[in-house]
Amino acid sequence: MLRKLSIIAAVAGLMIGGQALAAGHPLPPKDVQWSFEGPFGKFDQVQLQRGYKVYREVCSACHAMHLVSFRNLGDKGGPFYNEKYKNSNDNPWVKAIAKDYEVADIDSETGDAIKRPATAADRFPSPYANEAAARAGNGGALPPDMSLLAKAREGGPEYIYSLLVGYKDPPAGLKVGTGQHYNPYMAGDLTSAWSGSHEHVPPGGFIAMAAPLKAGLVTFDDGTKSTVDQQAKDVTAFLMWAAEPKMEERKKMGFAVILYLLMFSGLLYAAYRQVWKNESH
Amino acid sequence: MSGHSTYEPKTGFERWLDARLPIVRLGYDSFVDYPTPRNLNYWYTFGGILSLCLASQLITGIILVMHYNVGDAFNSVEHIMRDVNYGWLIRYMHSNGASMFFIAVYIHMFRGLYYGSYKAPREVLWILGCVIYLLMMATAFMGYVLPWGQMSFHGAVVITNLFGALPIVGESITTWLWGGFAVDTPTLNRFFSLHYLLPFMIAGVVILHIWALHVVGQNNPTGVEPKSKADTLPFTPYATVKDGFAMSVFLILFSIFVFYLPNALGHADNYIPANPLVTPAHIVPEWYFLPFYAILRAVPDKLMGVLAMFGAIGCLFALPWLDTSKVRSMRYRPTAKVYFLFFVVACCILGVCGAKLPDDPVIPHLKTFLLIDADLNSFVWLSRVATLYYFAFFLAILPILGLKETPLPVPDSIASPALSPEKKG
Repeated sequence: MLRKLSIIAAVAGLMIGGQALAAGHPLPPKDVQWSFEGPFGKFDQVQLQRGYKVYREVCSACHAMHLVSFRNLGDKGGPFYNEKYKNSNDNPWVKAIAKDYEVADIDSETGDAIKRPATAADRFPSPYANEAAARAGNGGALPPDMSLLAKAREGGPEYIYSLLVGYKDPPAGLKVGTGQHYNPYMAGDLTSAWSGSHEHVPPGGFIAMAAPLKAGLVTFDDGTKSTVDQQAKDVTAFLMWAAEPKMEERKKMGFAVILYLLMFSGLLYAAYRQVWKNESH
Repeated sequence: MSGHSTYEPKTGFERWLDARLPIVRLGYDSFVDYPTPRNLNYWYTFGGILSLCLASQLITGIILVMHYNVGDAFNSVEHIMRDVNYGWLIRYMHSNGASMFFIAVYIHMFRGLYYGSYKAPREVLWILGCVIYLLMMATAFMGYVLPWGQMSFHGAVVITNLFGALPIVGESITTWLWGGFAVDTPTLNRFFSLHYLLPFMIAGVVILHIWALHVVGQNNPTGVEPKSKADTLPFTPYATVKDGFAMSVFLILFSIFVFYLPNALGHADNYIPANPLVTPAHIVPEWYFLPFYAILRAVPDKLMGVLAMFGAIGCLFALPWLDTSKVRSMRYRPTAKVYFLFFVVACCILGVCGAKLPDDPVIPHLKTFLLIDADLNSFVWLSRVATLYYFAFFLAILPILGLKETPLPVPDSIASPALSPEKKG
């Protein structure tokens, strides 16, 4: 009885849940086949390295990533992990990357505020001193911190990728303010800026960031052709890693745990049958 | 049902201890020799599963507190996720564990409702269960605030503001809850304190719940009290092995969420640090609160909505006296069974409605007509219909049906239908 009932409830839920998009809503993100999808998905290390380069050369000019330390780049599953350097603080690539950055510190002798080259233990320094400075530099908009971005947006990595490659010329009849850009994947409601009919409000919203990627903007060291699509995919993969650096470890452990539980359940079921063998119920 | 203790101390030490603190006897009588109806089905394994959930939440929670820092809440949760050894595992177990806890408790409650486990002499047992459920909701709500993300913050604002709807005392209560004039660090601090306290209160009431259970004995799918030895089996090994198997299967479901869908039941917005100046587009509570959230929004008046929401839980407390049927199990109440089925559907519909925008159409692209304040084809009207049914089920259907219906013949004893080849769910 209850089984039938739960099926009915599930079907009813699906029927109600399946809703078409009304005018004005952003477009659903494009479907991308990521290497890290699925129960056995892994990050593609070379892609993460390319993605890091895009972050370093393009995004990091405005976007902070304050939860990520340089050493994380050399952690297992990270873009610069190397088996030879189990302790990522010893990883020469990590050390070299860190040295390129300057971080604020205090001179322990004099107490003066100084700048020194970063070490593997440091976090990625933020491009702006504070939120006000970040807003002032970006026409009032705050570039979001990128440490968790891939988990902090509905649609996750596919949303970020779609947004990056989705910039379009605004349709005629849409009034775009100064410092604003039209993007059909951006969340928002364009009704007030739209002069056409209410039935045909264009999808998407306004975003303060101009299309950041251009073909050839970043040179990939592995010879991969530097298209906008490639850069967007790579940097999104990198951001997914930054948001969920323990994903590979998690999935790997999950496989073992579930396999164990399946066997354990089988054993318990056999025990149950054995114990109840002579008892009707 | 506790009956006479059959525990016999075997060693000298056990005899010595038994004369001073008969704790081994208590354990033996409660979990080994304790007679359980022989016809318990898998719906009856959720009590054991719930104690597993509570234990898991307590253990993971205590470990999380070792690394959590209220003063830097959002970043300290990320510190747990990134830098603490297996911190991601502990945290995902705890956050998904809350959902698993509620899945199990809802099944447990529906089971009690269906088999009439709230009827005499089990009223106190049922009410203690309702108290546990209330404490669970308070704990889960405050726990969701602790990561101090956008949904944590604005969820706390919405829920605490509900108390502001109360006349005269409303404003003082909200100020008292907040520890200030808005949701802020003092609010987070006290929620953290209470989130640590309440689980131990839950554990205390669970002990009372089990005590009450062992006084009156377990109900069973027939709703007929065990009459002879033939009706029962000792808890160990019969119930332990069955509960153990069910727990293990439940852990598989738990693991699928923890390892493969750790954020599926959460909100993306909660990975954005709390910001009082930016309100998320849609503030939605966790899934296990959605039916009550839908009831709240179904009522146009704020105070009445709050009262309806609390009334929905209040109905559960009054249930033992609302149901007038002499027959305990709905297995022998064909009409009640159908109403129960609709009740479960209504609860699911309320859950869906709670997640949607009230004015959105249920059937897309269909405009009907404006009824009072919203189009008839809207989630707010669907939730009104479901809310009405929710209350009608407790306040009209169960009281009246018990007097009017003609139940099927109830078996004389558990053993008689259990031993017959025909089995019914």
